[in-house]
Amino acid sequence: MSIKAVNLTHIYGEGTAFEQYALRDVNFEIEDGQFIGLIGHTGSGKSTLIQHLNGLLKATSGELYYNGENIYAPGYDMKALRSKVGLVFQYPEHQLFEVDVFSDVCFGPKNQGLKKEEVEERARKALELVGLDESFYAQSPFELSGGQKRRVAIAGVLAMDPEVLILDEPTAGLDPKGRDEILGQLERLHRDRGMTIILVSHSMEDIARYADRLIVMNHGEKVFDDTPRNVFRSYKELESMGLAAPQVTYIVQALRREGIPIDDSLITVEEARDAILSMVGLKTGRTEKKQNA
Amino acid sequence: MLREITLGQYYPVDSVIHRMDPRTKLLGTLLFIISLFCADNIWGYGAAALFLAAVIKLSRVPFKFMVRGLKAVLVLLLISVSFNLFLTSGQVIFQIGFLKITLEGVRTAAFMALRLIFLVLGSSVMTLTTTPNELTDGLEKGLGFLNRVGVPVHEVAMMMSIALRFIPILIEEADKIMKAQMARGADFESGNLVQRAKSMVPLLVPLFISAFRRATDLAMAMEARCYRGGEGRTKMKPLRYQKRDRVSQVVLVLYLAVMIGTRFVS
Repeated sequence: MSIKAVNLTHIYGEGTAFEQYALRDVNFEIEDGQFIGLIGHTGSGKSTLIQHLNGLLKATSGELYYNGENIYAPGYDMKALRSKVGLVFQYPEHQLFEVDVFSDVCFGPKNQGLKKEEVEERARKALELVGLDESFYAQSPFELSGGQKRRVAIAGVLAMDPEVLILDEPTAGLDPKGRDEILGQLERLHRDRGMTIILVSHSMEDIARYADRLIVMNHGEKVFDDTPRNVFRSYKELESMGLAAPQVTYIVQALRREGIPIDDSLITVEEARDAILSMVGLKTGRTEKKQNA
Repeated sequence: MLREITLGQYYPVDSVIHRMDPRTKLLGTLLFIISLFCADNIWGYGAAALFLAAVIKLSRVPFKFMVRGLKAVLVLLLISVSFNLFLTSGQVIFQIGFLKITLEGVRTAAFMALRLIFLVLGSSVMTLTTTPNELTDGLEKGLGFLNRVGVPVHEVAMMMSIALRFIPILIEEADKIMKAQMARGADFESGNLVQRAKSMVPLLVPLFISAFRRATDLAMAMEARCYRGGEGRTKMKPLRYQKRDRVSQVVLVLYLAVMIGTRFVS
């Protein structure tokens, strides 16, 4: 059970004056239950890449396998693929259209051809997963706050009961509280239901905290594919691509330059705090980390 | 999936036609259209074809870009050709059942098709070589005299350029919305007419909302920069006729004279 890309290449506007490589020979395999961070500069091809994973875009060349089946094979059921690989776009405004939150979340499962009771059951469960209670059901999705709209949008995809959930910058433009809530819910989905999650983000802190694997795209090519810890060690290369490592990495590096022998693989604030505290001989505050996660 | 629209799509290369004053190009397009209705024999269409070919060559826009605009009128073309082909009376040259093709029919159909094709190609030359902004600038200046009879030329031109500016944005937006809904299993392609119309709702509602939001934002941004209509407004790059415009205008008048002349050749 996995997603596997083989030499995936996508060219926009092939054969016109505006021809442009959006993806160039991208290869990877995503196992079930991974939490993957996907980063890249604007225009690096990450949005193009995720739209391939549920078949919205077709590669110019190369193959994509979902659970061992080639999705470009003739007769492959794209609609079924899209309910297995859920994709949440960046702007919830692009998908919210119904008169109330509940019917909007019902849209996905209804398209899957389920019975009415089952559709509503799915919608209720999805809204519960994103932490929206019944008081929201009858509200217009357009009157919600930014964070609530995002959650309705995520619920709209979760209601289709996907095996893989892909999110394109789900926290862009949210306040810190809204961001932590959404990421916390994703973390729970990953931990409790074993859902594969692919998170596109510009926040290295978020990636460092949640992802167990990090893919870095640059000019349509995959340049890094490793644990966040290993990738962030090459922060100089990341910077040359217009990216960066988490703030903590820079503090750790600065400390090392000052001759303090701190581990250079620390990427979250909590890890660094614990390391520093243990170096000055104080007990570490494990309990607080749990609360933040 | 919605990107295949040529009309109003600027093709960025540098050519004599690209650098021409938009007013000259507007005038040229108008004269070309008038000239097409002057042509009534093979010489007329031949001259128009030569002229069009020369302009296309000068514009340095690949021919296949011009042809894309034709796809849009293909149905209209087929309908008008078949009507003319089968419904013109005269000397019968071919007949199956009640369908008969006359010599006159073939002639009218062919000319009709040529006229339509030339029309589309001619106006494509203008839209491919002129940015929408240049075009509205040209219209604003060229029709400026209408101000005196109370037509708000500047406002209309501003509305046009905003509308044109927003077409690609809204197309892109529609594309994104379609994808977002397809990711939720929406189906825009199959089903009967009623089902298809219904399937447009999840596309149109977010699109309208976003258009209204953009309109409010734009109005606010324009007011923040003290926009208050055309009165006393100056331009950073005012349009001025160059030598090439004078030359092209002479060429255009000569061309029109030739086209009128072809009517008298038999």
